[in-house]
Amino acid sequence: MTAMTGTVAAAGTVGASRTRMEGRAKVTGAARYAGEIPFADLAHGWLVASTIARGRVRSVESAPVLAMPGVLAVLHHQNAPRLEEFAGMLGPDPTIQILQNDRVPHVGWPVALVVAETSEQAREAADALVIRYDQEPHDIAFSAQHPGMYTPDDSPLLVTETGKGDIEAGLAASAVVVDEEYTTPEEHHNAMEPHAAMARWDSGRLEVVDSNQGPFAVAQDLAKMFSLDLASVRVRSEHVGGAFGSKGLTRPPVVLAVMAAIVTDRPVRVVLTRRQMFSVVGYRSPTAQRVRLGADTDGRLRAFDHQAASLTSTIHEFVESSAGIGRVMYDADAHHTSHRVVRLDVPTPSWMRAPGEAPGSFALESAIDELAHKCGMDPIALRARNEPAVGPVSGLPFSSRNVLGCFEEGARRFGWADRDPRPGAAREGRWLLGTGTAAATYPARVAPSTAAVTAEADGTFTVRITAVDLGTGARTALTQIAADALEVELDRIQVKIADSDFGQAMIAGGSMGTRSWALAITAAATELRAQLALPGDIPSDGITARSDTAEAIGALARQERHSFGAQFAEVAVDVTTGEVRVRRMLGIFAAGRVVNPLTARSQLIGGMTWGLSMALHEEAIRDQASGAHVNADLAGYHFASNADVPVIEVDWVDDPDTHDPTGIKGLGEIGIVGAAAAIANAVWHATGVRHRDLPIRPDRVLLAGSRGC
Amino acid sequence: MRVSMRVNGRRVTAEDVWEGESLLFVLRERLGLPGSKNACEQGECGSCTVYLDDSPVCACLVAAGQAGGRDVVTVEGLAGAAGLDAVQQAFMDAGAVQCGFCTPGLIVQAHYLLRETVDAGGPVPDDGEIREVLAGNLCRCTGYEKILDAVRLAAARKAAAAAAAAGQAEPGQAEVGR
Ligand code: FES
Ligand code: FES
Repeated sequence: MTAMTGTVAAAGTVGASRTRMEGRAKVTGAARYAGEIPFADLAHGWLVASTIARGRVRSVESAPVLAMPGVLAVLHHQNAPRLEEFAGMLGPDPTIQILQNDRVPHVGWPVALVVAETSEQAREAADALVIRYDQEPHDIAFSAQHPGMYTPDDSPLLVTETGKGDIEAGLAASAVVVDEEYTTPEEHHNAMEPHAAMARWDSGRLEVVDSNQGPFAVAQDLAKMFSLDLASVRVRSEHVGGAFGSKGLTRPPVVLAVMAAIVTDRPVRVVLTRRQMFSVVGYRSPTAQRVRLGADTDGRLRAFDHQAASLTSTIHEFVESSAGIGRVMYDADAHHTSHRVVRLDVPTPSWMRAPGEAPGSFALESAIDELAHKCGMDPIALRARNEPAVGPVSGLPFSSRNVLGCFEEGARRFGWADRDPRPGAAREGRWLLGTGTAAATYPARVAPSTAAVTAEADGTFTVRITAVDLGTGARTALTQIAADALEVELDRIQVKIADSDFGQAMIAGGSMGTRSWALAITAAATELRAQLALPGDIPSDGITARSDTAEAIGALARQERHSFGAQFAEVAVDVTTGEVRVRRMLGIFAAGRVVNPLTARSQLIGGMTWGLSMALHEEAIRDQASGAHVNADLAGYHFASNADVPVIEVDWVDDPDTHDPTGIKGLGEIGIVGAAAAIANAVWHATGVRHRDLPIRPDRVLLAGSRGC
Repeated sequence: MRVSMRVNGRRVTAEDVWEGESLLFVLRERLGLPGSKNACEQGECGSCTVYLDDSPVCACLVAAGQAGGRDVVTVEGLAGAAGLDAVQQAFMDAGAVQCGFCTPGLIVQAHYLLRETVDAGGPVPDDGEIREVLAGNLCRCTGYEKILDAVRLAAARKAAAAAAAAGQAEPGQAEVGR
């Protein structure tokens, strides 16, 4: 058979709604997640977590437990396989150097793994295992005033502090000043699928099935930790039941599964419980953010200062980059942003959907709303007055920036023009009504990836790339992208993903997956088409072209490249119970090229629902005395259920970006950005009371109402 | 103990079941039916929803022994020889599935709602009813909007099919998805 590409007009499938490729497997229950794939002779590991917040393990009393039915091994710091300390994607990661020494840095830290024939036996034995500790006093009390607060060094992920001009002078010269502190609580991803991993030795290779966002990165980490050849490690994550950042790094379950497979020489599966997920897979740090804005009476900013404080653990530094958002959104002659962090005896926080931007936008977009009210201006008009021409900190041009287009379209659809700006003016029986708005932005980054595209002898095409579909629709979007790049029908393309054997690729995270993978697939497809244009038949094993986008990405011009959006919300506040009901939400986004409107809309609505949950429900609470959570389950840790969610409407405006061959910006995170602020601003508009602490619980509404404001 | 029950129409027996073992554990770990998910194991999320006789239950809260001699239907048992159930098809068509981990429980619960309403000759459920009946099924991905679309779509298709069967089909009424 000869070359058969180019029979469908270009741009045939990208931009068209497609139902997802794996939909049938998911609606019939046939899709297998990491903890569900059967293996002969499978054993089960159960994590034992520390019950103290700080100290040392004195003894692990394994003997009685080893005599229990089915128990195969008890691993702990004295007998577990030694791990190489290595630098992974983001440098050394002490959160997975587990069972290596006796130190306990927080409640929930892995101190042992019980391996048994069945998971019930392993669990029973884990519950019975006595561990003795030497306990030390702990400190888990977070506040911006904590004496241990320090300024972290810059990292590849975050420039800690930026500044220009004289903030104090700018504030002094401003006719209108806002100076407030905003706080957000500890929040958890709570993907519905608990982390799970299976490891086994298969003809000298380590074979792993793991619930993660990047099988190649996990394979690299495991190879280094266990001193193996990368080629002798294979990690797959075919279906992942949600992640939101919590599966973006190598996590304890997979490390423990490999250790247990080494020790028992059997396939071993480790699955976390919901409760365990609250301590070992990352979370969003609580934040305390001071925002100071100074403006002229016409709303033009003279001084902009955003100082963000967050926490990290004693073993690893992670900084929630909440103050980064103002580096993109607003300019002023005096402009300052900074981060501080404190080390406490708590688990290590990590990326959670829109890290930085989610809490940062709550503080900043609330403050902007406050400023608009003080200036007597419409909050959209105030934002329009402060649109920067170039990056406020970088001075670089924007590749595209259509935030005002989002506000214009959103205001029109939402009916913003009819809004009475006075707070507390609308009432319907016992409900006070209000509306609010906020801006959204999230970076559109890209990372090197490799891909292979094969023209098969039967006229079909196979794409191989270590992408992952966390439920985002990646598998489907990449099929559309490949179909367009090859100019063939969708049904002639098979996209294989989530297997580290396919080679290096960007993880599914940071809203970077689709763009990064699309570049690699498009490059390989282009190369393949060149090869197919040559005369000759396709051999039985097909013709394969490979790509690596490292060089092309290195050559991209430096620009401010971001998605933008405008969020709108209408709320009703019950004056008798303090309950806040969101009645409707609207989000309009400028997010580059949309590959699959069906799955894109779901992503954005899902993100906005996270914003609703953040505004009203989510809050992990720790007991100061023990250092442990008091609500580490879905009964105590609330996120929106079906009956909490109103009509959410989502759409996008044109956002052509000619500087990138794919034009894609990514949609995974922007939906949450600004959503909580829009709701908080609506609550203010309804009640006249400003809520600067999330979540806006009924008790807070009632107390604030009785205090007046 | 030994527990026998009918699962998806087949008589099955599990040996050596512990007293404390849940129906969910038996389905997933002993019977090779992991379609019903374990996301909280304490009745908070609905991911494990199955029919026990005629009622939807959280299989994680039902002791395996309680299911002895009874009829269990899981997501794996909903599709018939004729293909997918209307609810399954609508979840696919409406884009109500993302990661899919909540999906099996939601599909069983939505199936129950339609069985009690349209299938029983009643009117299609309104949005409030749908949200209320599905309120115990948490989803972290979708924001529920598309799930509502899917249930509306399945209900409308069923209503249209019933009307057609009764000889009063009105063309153009079948698809009401947005
Ligand atoms: S697993 Fe049964 S309700 Fe969550
Ligand atoms: S689709 Fe992921 S939890 Fe519902």
